[in-house]
Amino acid sequence: MNPSLIRLEGVSKTFDNTKVLDELDLSIKENEFMTLLGPSGCGKTTTLRIIGGFEKPDTGKVYFDGKDITGAAPNKRPLNTVFQKYALFSHMNIAENIAFGLKIKGKSKSYIDDKIKYALKLVNLDGFEKRSVASLSGGQQQRIAIARAIVNEPKVLLLDEPLGALDLKLRQDMQYELIRLKNELGITFVYVTHDQEEALTMSDTIVVMNQGYIQQMGTPEDIYNEPENAFVADFIGDSNIIDGLMLKDELVEMFGVRFPCVDKGFGTNQPVDVVIRPEDVELLEPGKGSLEGVVSHLIFKGVHYEMEVMAGGFEWLVHSTSCFPVGTNVSIHVDPFNIQIMKKPESEDEEAVGVNE
Amino acid sequence: MIGRFFKRFYLATIFVFLYAPIAALMVLSFNSSKYMSKWTGFSLTWYEQLFSSELIMSALRNTLVIALLSALIATVIGTAACLGINHMKKVPRTLMMGMNNIPLMNADIVTGISLMLCFIAFGVSLGFGTVLIAHITFNIPYVVLSVMPKVKQTEKSTYEAALDLGASPLKAFFKVVFPDILPGVLSGFLLAFTMSLDDFIITHFTKGAGINTLSTLIYSEVRKGIKPSLYALSTILFLAVLILLVIGNLPKKKNHEAIKER
Ligand SMILES: Nc1ncnc2c1ncn2[C@@H]1O[C@H](COP(=O)(O)OP(=O)(O)O)[C@@H](O)[C@H]1O
Ligand SMILES: [Mg+2]
Repeated sequence: MNPSLIRLEGVSKTFDNTKVLDELDLSIKENEFMTLLGPSGCGKTTTLRIIGGFEKPDTGKVYFDGKDITGAAPNKRPLNTVFQKYALFSHMNIAENIAFGLKIKGKSKSYIDDKIKYALKLVNLDGFEKRSVASLSGGQQQRIAIARAIVNEPKVLLLDEPLGALDLKLRQDMQYELIRLKNELGITFVYVTHDQEEALTMSDTIVVMNQGYIQQMGTPEDIYNEPENAFVADFIGDSNIIDGLMLKDELVEMFGVRFPCVDKGFGTNQPVDVVIRPEDVELLEPGKGSLEGVVSHLIFKGVHYEMEVMAGGFEWLVHSTSCFPVGTNVSIHVDPFNIQIMKKPESEDEEAVGVNE
Repeated sequence: MIGRFFKRFYLATIFVFLYAPIAALMVLSFNSSKYMSKWTGFSLTWYEQLFSSELIMSALRNTLVIALLSALIATVIGTAACLGINHMKKVPRTLMMGMNNIPLMNADIVTGISLMLCFIAFGVSLGFGTVLIAHITFNIPYVVLSVMPKVKQTEKSTYEAALDLGASPLKAFFKVVFPDILPGVLSGFLLAFTMSLDDFIITHFTKGAGINTLSTLIYSEVRKGIKPSLYALSTILFLAVLILLVIGNLPKKKNHEAIKER
């Protein structure tokens, strides 16, 4: 396993009496593509700015390669940032923008020229040296912002919603381009987004945040398949979150019906949250499943049909490749290993903290 | 038809009222006669007299030196103030901008007398220095007013991007922020320069005995009887201010063009 390159320890930050980050611990490994994912306002940008040195944490420490850099100024840190709004220098042309960091470091002219060429090639914008910033489209500006950062050969690249302002098609293209870049450069990416699909596509590790707390950290597969609490389940993809009663190990009751499952260790007769992904809900002929219901909505989504099924007084979200017209009587079946059990949070505060503490 | 004729007539009348006096003054400055009632031929006598008068030339020097120095110092202080104000929280920022605007609306005579009283109270003898300080004082709000919009427009993120790329805060400011606010700084400087050239009342109250600027000199000469060399002087002043105003408005035009090109 790679050693940790950046470590945040007990980092807290308060703005205007609201606690934005609360005792945050985070460890980023060398060469990792780590994504901070969470709803707007949860403290992602603040975390990134603390790593970049643009905000000082109220308490806690930031380590880089084992060295304490909590107090170091942004221009003294061996990392570079790609800002959300590109932040290109509009009075300089593209080459001057890219050369900015290298000139400050006093590199030779030929070195700088080589680097500019290399960086423009890397972001597929060869020949753009003399162009003005204003003559570039949003996607091109974003790539220049990336080029400007990577010519400095940082060990870590921080990216704050770099694709947020682009349209869907361009965003998807850029996602692949970023993954390619990261693999070519072999550096650590810390990536901020509120888009769960983007996070699932690109990351090695996803950190799901809410209200300044880390809710769950893991690989995209872990986060998607085994959300640790209702917040994560709800935020990552669509899901059915159902009030259940854990009767005993491997048996949960929903809407008065017993469902076998694979989770253990929740005690007996404990109220729990049950998460079932829409694609894991199987619709069978009436009487053949565990819970009877009626299809109440049907939308064709391209790859699958999205249906809502009224069953047990709950509107189940169902994704299926077969079509059941509205009004059809169906029976719901869920395989035991597709039922994800989560302890209920005991207070609102704990809801934010996550249940695994 | 009549409506259009009336519109043009109305516009022409207004321009005549606005510019006829200045035109008359300019014409008379080239009159060879000393009397304004009759035109006796074109001459540059009054301009010759003007430039050979030690009194007027020293007043001109004072005016230019004070205008230049006060505009320069006010531009530095005003720009720094804008950067500071921009970093404040909303309430103190609004408060500061309000306080900046009050001196602008204040009558010159109030500013002049209060500055004079202030200098006397602190035992500062009136002279070149006090005029300079007074001009810097009344110029700062104008600079703030013209620099502030530019400072507000600049993205905080470009400054941070410069830091991120290794620039020291000072370098980041001069390489990235300053070029962005430069048009505002320049027009602030020109505005301050013209305001200072133009000022009579505040200078009058803060100058003391030994020194004159053009406006105070003209005032004291006029009391002794009007000499046509003063017409010549006024003509030159008017043209100088006109040129400055034109220059001051040029950068703005360029900006518009740049935006259009996008
Ligand atoms: N400089 C600041 N001053 C005051 N409040 C701030 C500042 N920066 C961020 N905040 C607040 O902190 C919270 C978290 O912000 P941020 O880290 O930008 O969230 P995210 O990037 O996840 O959307 C928000 O409520 C925001 O309003
Ligand atoms: Mg953000």
